[in-house]
Amino acid sequence: MTDKKNGISRRNFLKGLGAASGAMLLPARDVAAAGNSDEELCTLLNLSKCIACGECVSACREVNEPKFPKPKKPYPEMHPKSRVKVEDWSERTDVDDRLTPYNWLYIQSTEVEYQGETHEVNIPRRCLHCRNAPCANLCPWGAAGKQKNGIVRINEDVCLGGAKCRTVCPWHIPQRQTGVGLYLRLMPGFAGNGVMYKCDLCYNRIDQGELPACIKACPEDVQTIGPRSEILKKAHVLAEKNNWFIYGEEENGGTNTIYLSPVPFELLNEAEVTGPGKPGLGSVEDSMADEEKLAYAVGVAPFAGIAAGVIKAGKFLAAATGGKDND
Amino acid sequence: MISLLFARIFKLTIFIMALTGAAQMPIFKRYYIADIPGLGWLADFYLTNKIHYVFGAVLLFMALYLLTIFILAGKKHFKLSSSGMLRATLYMAVIGTGSLRVVKNLHSVTFDPFTVMLIDWTHLGFAMLLGMAAMYAFLRGRKSYLEKGPGLGFMK
Repeated sequence: MTDKKNGISRRNFLKGLGAASGAMLLPARDVAAAGNSDEELCTLLNLSKCIACGECVSACREVNEPKFPKPKKPYPEMHPKSRVKVEDWSERTDVDDRLTPYNWLYIQSTEVEYQGETHEVNIPRRCLHCRNAPCANLCPWGAAGKQKNGIVRINEDVCLGGAKCRTVCPWHIPQRQTGVGLYLRLMPGFAGNGVMYKCDLCYNRIDQGELPACIKACPEDVQTIGPRSEILKKAHVLAEKNNWFIYGEEENGGTNTIYLSPVPFELLNEAEVTGPGKPGLGSVEDSMADEEKLAYAVGVAPFAGIAAGVIKAGKFLAAATGGKDND
Repeated sequence: MISLLFARIFKLTIFIMALTGAAQMPIFKRYYIADIPGLGWLADFYLTNKIHYVFGAVLLFMALYLLTIFILAGKKHFKLSSSGMLRATLYMAVIGTGSLRVVKNLHSVTFDPFTVMLIDWTHLGFAMLLGMAAMYAFLRGRKSYLEKGPGLGFMK
């Protein structure tokens, strides 16, 4: 198929890493890290291929199990009780029909009518890894951050579980587990409420030159991964050839997850059951666009201040000199 | 040292910066402050962040205005008190780390997560130290930034 020939299948990705390793006589880990520094990694999800077998969900849970929260009970009493609710998923770790601290990937399945045909579309959902992620920009504590290779991660050792990242995320992706993390050692009753969890694109596997678990486990080659420009190029070729639709290129200023669908995303968004832990597929404006514009004002302000100060100092000195002359 | 109007605008700017800065932590909703009629906006992280940016620009303008005058004309005519020196240094630290936060939020900029955490923690830490220094100066009656001496009347 054209996409396999020209695109970045998982086989090509690994082959490329291996070839580059050999050429440079470096471990795959180092090559992967070096390769990632130039351009952000991006994934392409071809929804026409997904059969909702759930292999990706299982693989994600299995591989990331060591990262899952291990809360201590009983949970500290938090204040005020009516406003700070315990979010405990530790007794419901098997839930796999939504995002939870123990389930960072799930599959939305929906049927939609489009151009007289019924389409069954299955959509693996996880963090989209925004290019200018509001969770990483607005976390007051620096717990959420974006790596240079484009992966957006939450540092579980630092996160206080305030859930601001979930509030500012257009898809409300991160999920909270109470009773774990740094807040227990600070002021557990009055600040924080656990740790936020979400997909980290198997950053540790990528660092070692391996594919993310969901990509490796998929029997249908739904996902491909590679530099964003190449992934976008491939997405546009496929979209044009098949009259498909793209999601993630512009949403929230661009994400490093690109969905390709045979039906418009508006229809999928209307048909989807959304809610807590079940993100939609609607249009999303760039959350940080206003800050981008205001940054110009912040950049100009000091120069304006210096100019005004020079004028004022000049006037003062002239007046002081004039005063002395008069004396 | 400065006109009454300038001083009032500076104080208002600092108050709004402190308020909107604190609002970046999810505390106002938790502690019902955003439930007080008229204060609901304090729970809107995007709105408070934008206001923080706007008044950050105002603060930068005022701080660089004062610094320029101090360098060009002020040294001969006045000197900072020890309390004033401490607060001025902390202002510079808060402004410097705040400016780095603006830079890291640009689309075209990606700092590594450790650097981001360092910026966030130092910004928060210096802001808290500044608050404590201002409170200490207020309670001890050492509000003036300047030593008493000739030239104090300039800019009035």
